[in-house]
Amino acid sequence: MSTLVETPRKTPVIITAVDGARSFRRRLMEMGLVPGTAIQIIEVAPLGDPLEIEVRTSRLSIRKAEAAQIRVEPRR
Amino acid sequence: MQSVPPPPLVAVAGNPNTGKTTLFNALTGARAKVGNYPGVTVERRTATLPTSRGPVELLDVPGCYSLLARTGEEQIALASLAGLGERRPDAVVFCVDATQATRSSYLVLQAQELGLRAIVALTMVDEAGGAAPDAKQLAAELGCEVVPMVAKRGVGVKEIVGAIERALAAGPAEAVQRWTPSPALADAIARVKSALPADWPETDAIALWALMSLDAEDELVGVPESLRRAVAAVGLAPNAVDDEVVHARWKWLDAHVQPLIKRPPDRTRTQRVDRILLHRAGGFAIFVAIMFVVFMSLFAWTAPVIDAIDHSFAWSRAHLHTLLPDGIIGDFLADGVIAGVGSVMVFLPQILLLFFFIGLLEDCGYMARVAFLMDRIMKAMNLHGRAFVPMLSGYACAVPAILATRTMERQRDRLLTMLVVPLMTCSARLPVYTLIIGALFAGSHWTQGFLMVGMYGFSVLTALTAAVVLSRVVKPLRAKRLPFVIELPPYRLPSGRDVLRQMWDRTAMFLREAGTVILGCTIALWALLYFPRELPAGSPDYDVLIQKAPTPEARTALENEKAGAMLANSYGGRLGRAIEPAIAPMGFDWKIGVGVIGAFAAREVFISTMGVVYSVGSDVDEDSPGLRQAMKTAKRADGKPLYTPLVGLCLMIFFALACQCMSTLAVVKRETGGYKWPLFLFAYMTVLAWVVTTAVYQGGRLLGFS
Repeated sequence: MSTLVETPRKTPVIITAVDGARSFRRRLMEMGLVPGTAIQIIEVAPLGDPLEIEVRTSRLSIRKAEAAQIRVEPRR
Repeated sequence: MQSVPPPPLVAVAGNPNTGKTTLFNALTGARAKVGNYPGVTVERRTATLPTSRGPVELLDVPGCYSLLARTGEEQIALASLAGLGERRPDAVVFCVDATQATRSSYLVLQAQELGLRAIVALTMVDEAGGAAPDAKQLAAELGCEVVPMVAKRGVGVKEIVGAIERALAAGPAEAVQRWTPSPALADAIARVKSALPADWPETDAIALWALMSLDAEDELVGVPESLRRAVAAVGLAPNAVDDEVVHARWKWLDAHVQPLIKRPPDRTRTQRVDRILLHRAGGFAIFVAIMFVVFMSLFAWTAPVIDAIDHSFAWSRAHLHTLLPDGIIGDFLADGVIAGVGSVMVFLPQILLLFFFIGLLEDCGYMARVAFLMDRIMKAMNLHGRAFVPMLSGYACAVPAILATRTMERQRDRLLTMLVVPLMTCSARLPVYTLIIGALFAGSHWTQGFLMVGMYGFSVLTALTAAVVLSRVVKPLRAKRLPFVIELPPYRLPSGRDVLRQMWDRTAMFLREAGTVILGCTIALWALLYFPRELPAGSPDYDVLIQKAPTPEARTALENEKAGAMLANSYGGRLGRAIEPAIAPMGFDWKIGVGVIGAFAAREVFISTMGVVYSVGSDVDEDSPGLRQAMKTAKRADGKPLYTPLVGLCLMIFFALACQCMSTLAVVKRETGGYKWPLFLFAYMTVLAWVVTTAVYQGGRLLGFS
């Protein structure tokens, strides 16, 4: 079990759980980041933070500290 | 008399970047009224839509991903859709982005649980192409009308009006629940439902909303304490409730909406552009170039227009003086009213231009990239990445910069940005610095240049420090765990109509609400420095002296001397004397005090006020040798020169830190909807300015400077 922030770029993984503060995890889940969804890091911002991620055909930006709250597993 | 029932209310809602505003503008043309939701600075746009069933009131609901709310501004979407405190709409048009139909439909599901009659506007079908779900199939799954649209080109607009008419004819809808709550959740919903206030709709959906939204950390207003207690008494783990509900909705969406999407949308164009614009080196270079254009156009390229406005108002004033006889009425109209209108109008070029750029950057999708690129730096000061453009604009003028904080969704981010932007070196401070540096630091251009650059550096440092300190010390600004989740939308061609509409709406709002305050303050300040219009006892009879003046030069000198004496004896002049004990520790005398009071109209007014104070006339600028000479020769009571380099430095520091600008305060009042924050802004900057300037002056004297 690892978190999104530890996965290499352009490597799709599967969300198993979202941790963190209630408002944050719910916002992400409502945007479709529910367990079972594929997610990948596309790019890191030039200054090292935040991340550009792709999930369900949309591109989002979240900070590394927040990506560390998204638990993922490799795609089967 | 019989009261006429209000026209039916139809809300337009949807995720951000789904073409909601474009649809609203396409439906209503130029008829929108822009106002504010009570208590929060979120724009509330309404317009009347003519239909075959008579006029319908259309309401633009702020873009959102969910109807659950934790903050006051998120609460608006729910309040205006569910009818909590606001009027409940008779139907809601949901903009569902055809390139992201599944996610956009989440909101529709929530609304249908609340029993709202929904209509789906399937937007961006041109961009989605084969990735768009079939409208008929989507309508069958969602159980409501689905109208495919390309709002920018007006495609589907007529059909959406037809759908609105049919929805209104159908009357109220039943709540649609597409998932079954677990026994524990059902029990909790029933218990919370019985605790809902009498004037709220007593539905399962509202009870569920309360269960998911109310806890120790929410910032919702208007929620009765009894309801909070009922929610707290339920005792279910909050995360478990969230998981159950959100997962259940997404399970339905994945089973019913996702299968309608045959292939993913083509995003190659956006990805190609992003490879350049978000590139480590190249992306930053382009970013700097774009920001340079924005900044230069505000700072420099509007200057001719602003000068033209200034000159035309100065000309009007002079002309009015020649038309009207000398006296209070002529002075009031020319120096009070016309000058006041002028002081509002000078802001227009920068406001229009800044909102033009913001609209353009926002609409094409680049503003989200600005936040992405700058977040790392802005985060260090507990500011949002989107605060970058307002902060940068602050170097031109704080007024448009404060108006630009609207591009941030959270009240807290907006407030913090508004409170630090006035510390940036705005262009009105430049003439003051130029005068002081030119008069008191004569000598090498290197020293002068270094001082000017130093003042800029100083303002960056103070603004950033203030952001860090305020966000730690002031409770409503505290940086809690504020998640940074932003969407990087596909690049799209901005619609000229939408950009111009927004630019005009916001400028009109500035004129209407802040402009009137600025005008009133200018007149009040004029009166303060004008009345009682008496010379102090024992003054020579200037009128006789002026009559007898041998040369035109002597005549002007006497006139200037009279104006100076009048100003010194005005209420403002007396106020300057009264505050002398307070400003003396900073090295200032009462004459500077009068200048500081006059500068409240606008910082550059300091110069003309000083011109009158030193009897060289009000017609001076920062390069006038007469004023520079007068400052160099000014003495203190004990005969020592007043304007030493140390005092000059202190004056510049004071102007850098003090909130010497009523227009800034008027705009903050307008944007925060009350006097609390402008008063706080004025207080903290004044205290900061006094403490730092006093420390520099007293420290400088201890070190042997005079």
